[in-house]
Amino acid sequence: MTQDTNSKRFEEVPCPFCSLLCDDLVISQLKDSLKVKQNGCKLAKTRFEENQPRVSPTIADKACPLEDAIMESAKILKRSNQALIGGLGTDVNGMRAALRLTEKAGAVIDHMHSNAAFRNLDVLQNHGYVMTTLAEIRNRADLIIFAGTDANTNFPRFFERIINPSHSLVKINKKERQLVYIGDKLDSLPAGKSPGKRPIKLQCRQDQIGEVFSILHALSVGLEIDKPIIGNIKLSQLKKLTELLHKASYGVIIWAPGELDFPYAELTVQTITEIIKYLNRMTRFAGFSLGGSEGGMTATQVTAWQSGYPSRVSYARGFPDFDAYRFSGKRLLETNELDAIFWVSSLGAPIDLPDRRIPSIVLAAPSVKINGKPDVYIPVGIPGINHTGQMIRTDGVVSFKLKKLQNSEHPGVADVINRITQAYR
Amino acid sequence: MIVKLSGGTVYDPTNGVNGKRRDIYIKDGRIINKPDIQAKIGKTYDLRGKVIMSGAIDIHTHIGGGKVNLARMMLPEDHRDDTVKRTSITRAGCGHAVPSTLTAGYRYAEMGYTSCFEPAMLPANARQTHMEMADTPIVDKGAYALLGNDDFFLQMLAAKKDQAAINDYVAWIIQSSQALGIKVVNPGGINAFKFNQRKLDLDDKNPFYNVSPREILISLSRAVHELGIPHPLHVHGCNLGVPGNKHSTLDTIEGVEGLPMHLTHIQFHSYGNEGDRKFSSGAAEIAESVNKHKNISIDVGQILFGQTVTASGDTMHQYEGHWHAHPKKWLLMDIECDAGCGVVPFRYEDKNFVNALQWAIGLELFLQVDDPWRIFLTTDHPNGAPFTTYPHLIRLLMDRGFRNDMLSTINKAAASSSILASLDREYSLYEIAIMTRAAPARSLGLKDRGHLGSGAAADITVYTEHRNKERMFAKPDYVFKDGELVAEKGKVVHVTSGGTHTLRPDYNTGIEKSLVKYFERYVNIKLGNFKLADDEITDLGKGKLIIQPCVR
Repeated sequence: MTQDTNSKRFEEVPCPFCSLLCDDLVISQLKDSLKVKQNGCKLAKTRFEENQPRVSPTIADKACPLEDAIMESAKILKRSNQALIGGLGTDVNGMRAALRLTEKAGAVIDHMHSNAAFRNLDVLQNHGYVMTTLAEIRNRADLIIFAGTDANTNFPRFFERIINPSHSLVKINKKERQLVYIGDKLDSLPAGKSPGKRPIKLQCRQDQIGEVFSILHALSVGLEIDKPIIGNIKLSQLKKLTELLHKASYGVIIWAPGELDFPYAELTVQTITEIIKYLNRMTRFAGFSLGGSEGGMTATQVTAWQSGYPSRVSYARGFPDFDAYRFSGKRLLETNELDAIFWVSSLGAPIDLPDRRIPSIVLAAPSVKINGKPDVYIPVGIPGINHTGQMIRTDGVVSFKLKKLQNSEHPGVADVINRITQAYR
Repeated sequence: MIVKLSGGTVYDPTNGVNGKRRDIYIKDGRIINKPDIQAKIGKTYDLRGKVIMSGAIDIHTHIGGGKVNLARMMLPEDHRDDTVKRTSITRAGCGHAVPSTLTAGYRYAEMGYTSCFEPAMLPANARQTHMEMADTPIVDKGAYALLGNDDFFLQMLAAKKDQAAINDYVAWIIQSSQALGIKVVNPGGINAFKFNQRKLDLDDKNPFYNVSPREILISLSRAVHELGIPHPLHVHGCNLGVPGNKHSTLDTIEGVEGLPMHLTHIQFHSYGNEGDRKFSSGAAEIAESVNKHKNISIDVGQILFGQTVTASGDTMHQYEGHWHAHPKKWLLMDIECDAGCGVVPFRYEDKNFVNALQWAIGLELFLQVDDPWRIFLTTDHPNGAPFTTYPHLIRLLMDRGFRNDMLSTINKAAASSSILASLDREYSLYEIAIMTRAAPARSLGLKDRGHLGSGAAADITVYTEHRNKERMFAKPDYVFKDGELVAEKGKVVHVTSGGTHTLRPDYNTGIEKSLVKYFERYVNIKLGNFKLADDEITDLGKGKLIIQPCVR
């Protein structure tokens, strides 16, 4: 960090706004505004640079001192029999605080993106899987299959950071690296610009991807298939791909659970992970999941070590009680089984409060758009901008310490929640 | 305030006290000499007839980090029958093989343990490991950083970098991951598995770097030794679980050229391949070799029957183990050009020949290694059994009648192929105190832990002596952590946060030049962000750092 009279410059800044947590941003601060100078994607620029409006805590839409909003929040939770501690767009300490509050209030805890997360977690809990991390892909992968995601649309720097590095530990001849796309509406342009072989595009509906991998698995085992075509994919193309699977030294299949948005998508993840397991009998293969943004991976990991379960945990009976169906926050909202909502969004995700009259408490960064009127609104600082913190990357292995770049008049999520927990008597 | 523990029978091997009646005085979290007559005693515990030891130390227990957390998530059925309600002082959680961090801390304290060491912290995952340890209450923590499969180290070895450069890297890893020691798992094998190699013996070469496990072991043990890191290189050897692996274990002991080395969960590395089933005990030979080589220490990794989960960095052998998964699910992960992990749930059956013999082999090792200062009591939690089985294991060691009763219930072929029935040895309380307190503290370089002399941290456990040693050790009367009463009659009565033991070995910071380049090129993380800052443990984790001296 260098400093002159008016401006500060921050280097090696980790970006908390998607789960890749790129940590090489260069950001300058002039007066109240931040500017991403180097290495930011569109999302990073939006979030770091966006103007945070001046807001204050409110109760029933009327400005109030923070202390009153905290007391009112505690009161609402105290009155509730089944509250949802949701959203959870926060850092590790925010999650620690949220879990403590959930326990005290006998509430249910679940992250806003858990529908996507459970497409993986269901598979983990039923079959398990073989996975890898970013640096392994970057250095080792010679065959990369994008299954239902192009990585690029939602993770704009994935290609720059992982697919197109100028160096790799293992001399994969970059010209030999094969990229394959399976699915619908995938942008293969970045692959076309990559130095590897011409990308293979296999077009099918997202909900047909599972069938494609089932056939690849059957072909790998040596079974005969008599179905000639799946989506727009010919059997002959799948036979060729099967050969590539077996020839690969280190193959990786990448999916984004959030982009497999159709019923029973966990079964698609399962067909992907099962062929990966099978191929490991002969060669090395691994899966990689792109997801867990808005603090999703952080929430899953912290919930797991403190409660034993990844998410969707109720403390109504005094102990962590896990049920992926019953304690889904989305389901509880839809079926009107809640009598209070406590929602945290400090990383930018907009908030949709339900139409029904359920008491609601919202902790959000000032710029977060809220559809609906919360009973209590408490503005909070943004981790990685207004306070330090820690967050966990999409692979669930690597984590970063976030930097504080500028002051905020608002406390962080952990601070606010801990005060509510204290006020809860 | 001075607290007096009055009239208890003290077992304090560090100070040579073997079952003597002694008063112990505590002030400001420390044990002090008998104060002046005038000094005011704030509280006295009448401990006549009670047994007093320092707080126990678990030198090898998987309590935090990526693979443990994956195991938690993977196994909801592990927790469901062992739920833990919140109380006015303790948080809710869950127990069994992979307990929640909160419950793990409480249960260790309730069992009289005051320090626990996570043995397999991947530097790439160090930050999260420390977060989890920060949420493990009451006990002190520490971790050994995993090296020997990371591409940076293997590159150095392949390029024949001199020992000084290796030492700099090892010291840098210790500091940047806030570790207390260095562990190597299947030296070079996790890396070789990424190149699809399925077996790597002591003198086999990694297919890409062309270096052998032997070279890795020598280089790392020398680095640990020369840097003055108190705990010797912590080694999970080649060929874990493979019948006949006693040969590579014996070769490893011989091959380290007299340097200090700790062989962990050695039970899993003490197998012969004789007999009809090509599986036999190698315990006698291993014990003989350990007895002979004073530079070697071991922990056992005893298995006990029942459901558990194995969580290991050894992807190569966890992959082979997955065929035996129970229930039938497993996971494997290649990690960040650093190492890997594998999680395979497992059920040890007393009627199964192999499992029953594994049980016997562990006990044979305990009973045939002469020097309790060089053998530590572990189940490699949760790999051999959850740590909550320690009182049962202590009874097996202290009570020959009980041991033989158990032996008569296991698989007959296994029982008859084991020499266990002929081993008369019964551990004494003094030896248990060595093995679970004094020796691990000495091995880890914790000068003020594991004993009850003046100046020691007042980590103290008070038991009621009982013929049934399992009962005795399961629920101590009192447990003090840093002088505060934290558990009474096997229940937590006060929650503290415990500290984190680390080291600050010296090194030439020039090593960072090549690390910066390596991280930029290959790992794609900024070196400055990779390093775990002190305030992440103290401020964000609300814990305290305890810096232990190196012993050059």
